[in-house]
Amino acid sequence: MAGDFIRQLDDGSMQRGRSILQKLHIDLTMLSLLLILCAGGLFILYSASGQNMGMVYRQMVYFGLGFFIMFVIAQIDPRWFQMAAPWMYVVGITALLLVLLIGVGAKGAQRWLSVFGMFRFQPSEIMKLVTPMMVAWYLSSRLLPPRVKVIAVVLGLVFLPALLIFKQPDLGTALLIAAAGLLVLLFAGLSSRWIALAIVTILAVAPVMWYGVMHDYQKQRVLTFLNPESDPLGSGWNIIQSKTAIGSGGLEGKGWMQGTQSQLEFLPERHTDFIIAVYAEEQGLIGVLILLALYMCIVMRGIYMASRGRDTFARLFAGALIVTFFIYVFVNIGMVSGILPVVGVPLPLISYGGTSIVTLMAAFGVIMSVYMHRRI
Amino acid sequence: MSFDQKDARVEKEIFAKRAYLAALFVFVLVCVLAGRMVFLQITQYELYASKSENNRVQLKTVEPIRGLIFDRNGVLLAENLPSHSLTLVPERVKDMSRTLKLINTLVGLSAEEQENFEKKLKSYRRPYEAIPLKYRLEEEEIAKLMVNNYFLPGVQVEAELVRHYPMGEDFAHVLGYVGQMNETEKKRLDPIQYKATRRIGKIGIERYYEKELHGQVGYQKVETNAQGRILKVLEKQSSIPGKNLILNLDARLQRTAMEEFAGRRGSLVAMDPETGGVLAMVSSPSFDPNLFVNGISYKDYNALRDSLDTPLFDRATRGQYPPGSTMKPFIGLAFLEYGVTNWQEEIKDPGWYMLENDERVYRDWKRTGHGEHIDLRHAIIESCDTYFYEMSFRTGIDNLHPFLSQFGFGKNTGLDIGNALPALLPDREWKKAYRGRSWYAGDTLNLGLGQGYMLATPLQLATATNVYAAKGKWHRAKLVQLIDGVPLEEEDRPDDVVIKNPENWDKMNHAMEGVIQHYLGTAKALKHGLTYRLAAKTGTAQVVGIKQNEEYDSEALLERQRDHALFVSFAPVEAPKIAVATVVENGESAGKTAGPISRKVIDRYLNDDEPKGIAYEF
Repeated sequence: MAGDFIRQLDDGSMQRGRSILQKLHIDLTMLSLLLILCAGGLFILYSASGQNMGMVYRQMVYFGLGFFIMFVIAQIDPRWFQMAAPWMYVVGITALLLVLLIGVGAKGAQRWLSVFGMFRFQPSEIMKLVTPMMVAWYLSSRLLPPRVKVIAVVLGLVFLPALLIFKQPDLGTALLIAAAGLLVLLFAGLSSRWIALAIVTILAVAPVMWYGVMHDYQKQRVLTFLNPESDPLGSGWNIIQSKTAIGSGGLEGKGWMQGTQSQLEFLPERHTDFIIAVYAEEQGLIGVLILLALYMCIVMRGIYMASRGRDTFARLFAGALIVTFFIYVFVNIGMVSGILPVVGVPLPLISYGGTSIVTLMAAFGVIMSVYMHRRI
Repeated sequence: MSFDQKDARVEKEIFAKRAYLAALFVFVLVCVLAGRMVFLQITQYELYASKSENNRVQLKTVEPIRGLIFDRNGVLLAENLPSHSLTLVPERVKDMSRTLKLINTLVGLSAEEQENFEKKLKSYRRPYEAIPLKYRLEEEEIAKLMVNNYFLPGVQVEAELVRHYPMGEDFAHVLGYVGQMNETEKKRLDPIQYKATRRIGKIGIERYYEKELHGQVGYQKVETNAQGRILKVLEKQSSIPGKNLILNLDARLQRTAMEEFAGRRGSLVAMDPETGGVLAMVSSPSFDPNLFVNGISYKDYNALRDSLDTPLFDRATRGQYPPGSTMKPFIGLAFLEYGVTNWQEEIKDPGWYMLENDERVYRDWKRTGHGEHIDLRHAIIESCDTYFYEMSFRTGIDNLHPFLSQFGFGKNTGLDIGNALPALLPDREWKKAYRGRSWYAGDTLNLGLGQGYMLATPLQLATATNVYAAKGKWHRAKLVQLIDGVPLEEEDRPDDVVIKNPENWDKMNHAMEGVIQHYLGTAKALKHGLTYRLAAKTGTAQVVGIKQNEEYDSEALLERQRDHALFVSFAPVEAPKIAVATVVENGESAGKTAGPISRKVIDRYLNDDEPKGIAYEF
């Protein structure tokens, strides 16, 4: 069923504008979907920020930058990524180590690296791209489906950056980067036996994590997630308020800029991580389903584009990126609606914030590149 | 599969398979999210819609304005002044230590303010309830806080009406004060009516008339944002202010008494024999009740608590003193009532008295005695103890006790005076129960002099004198005259004191006038310049059992071992308008200490030429 859907999307784009877009290495379908999403996101942000036009302008600048980066990256042949992968990985790991040694941060976490005091950047953002790139590079020269030794190496490649990021500490990003790396393994044909084994291992390791590794605030998040009412004014406040916002939206919503939960500032972080609650309150279930459908179209199209990649490296890399994108969507909406713990993941391309937009658009650049460089 | 070489076709097939799986996986998870949203937005819509409405609409209670208190001439004694205080809602403060630091640099916080705040922060409170940090902000401080509002989330400047007592220490004990409600008080009070109230009456009239003064809570249904800022008032029910009280007390008399005490330890209670209205009720030394309204500082409180003069102690209603010879007019009436003597009988006073079969010598205060011809009148004028030993012995405890009890000794008779002590009028049962011994004749002799076990508060002495001045007509002591214009009803009035021969009232009055007018009178110094007929009786009470404390310096210790001076009086004799009881601790000579204080107060009250209340600003 999903396959038919993807093919239909494909037929449309292939007919139109073949020559110019072909030269620009841009997939019109994906570009249109992204533009719709981003434009819609600006409207949501305008309401969620309390009609803060300045914030909307800044978000537009981030989008502009993001699309520019996407266009640039789309021009690069996937072979270049393959060649650069190990080097970028080494640079990325070095940067993560530097963060732990000389990084700057806030709220008890060190995540930023200051470059000559001129600007700051988050190496963990880059690793969101570089980790799957590295794993894809490694697997592309190995026999697939991967064998035990290969799997072991891949786990090492994935958990090294994940561990360093976890140390910052940033559990959410560490898990997402681990997921991105492991997704490559899944696309490479990891056998179901291994998947089952992994699940069993996670269940066994969980108690060890809880008692030995996790920080108090991380435990608190999990506890609050399991029972938000236990601390309604502390960490449970966010979840209770966001669920109230979503639920009170009903089928049709309270109308744009009419959400009492969000407009009256009951909702915390309403223009960043919890923006979906604003949207759900104001646009109701209908609006939510439209947004979910839009995300699904983007992901399905992305999977199709990845599967059309020229070689194994390109397919694995692009496939992992697009599914990671979906995981962001799922984790964010899941946490805001109260089925996942609060881990601090923005809603892709809707939440306010330049870093996440740039990283995501770079990923779409890669996917464009993989899809558009297939026949040369 | 056992390929040893990479096969691009196989790898592409693997990927395609996995891509299908991924698409399926994505589809399933989207359905999970959609399902969750359907659950929240359709199934549980009602629940969350009402939750959201409750979030938005808050019932904000409005504190009623506390009733005002005036003296009998309309002088304002307790008012409500606008005051700005700085409060914090901890749930909304992002970084508490930084916020406190910033506030400290802006307006300055004393260590105590911070300490109080920390304490309140830790104790139980309603979520999102604001905690006061600093009271009585100056205009400049408010401006500084407003300008930095942006950096101080959760910090508010609240305007409220704060109780103020313009007369300060003059009325501290009798009026009392309001203070912050504590947990036990919160549980005791109506949770709805007191929802918006921060302070309640702690002692005195403020406490006794709490219900009348408080008023009724109002509310506003308001739409607020999460910061608690009110955006819109949806519905409103105004609060009803508390009732205003007009007291029987006279601010001029309070002031006069305070001036006359001049910091000496003691108490004065003045009453109106026609009504029982309390005209003055002073306990000296006093304190500034305004200190307590916003929570007194430790330093101030410790100073008050640890002062040897115990300024916080209300001597008027809780100070228990042996009444001494001030009891003689009452006891003298008892002698006549039970026929043990008459106005004519004379006794010899050698300066001492002895009982048969008792070796103890009961001494007169005057070692040489009062002479050969002491009748009842002279026994009152000169305060002859020997006469009273003899007649008390004749009367006996079983007659003395019920007779004195009629005047309210050993009882609480005040109508609206909370917390007063009943003191002690001993009898046989009491001694058996509390001393484990039977009543001896010597105990009767001591009682006949207002000594021994007997104790009375200044309020009781004033009440008894008041009943006496009204020739037995009873009125319970009442502080309040009108509640919102409605006179206070006098319930459970004790039976009037009826004596067999009413002429004895006038004859005893004549004797009491002699205390002032006779050349042997114990308060003859008071007669100069007297413009009305004053009847009085002096008394001294021995100070027993003062604890030796090494911190006391010897001079202070000596001073504190002197006798207490007591004085009861009323005037004008022909139609009494004021009855006064005065105690000066360690005052020794009543005629020189307690007497003049009483005289000044009576002068002030009866010489009504100056306009009332003009000395004070309204």
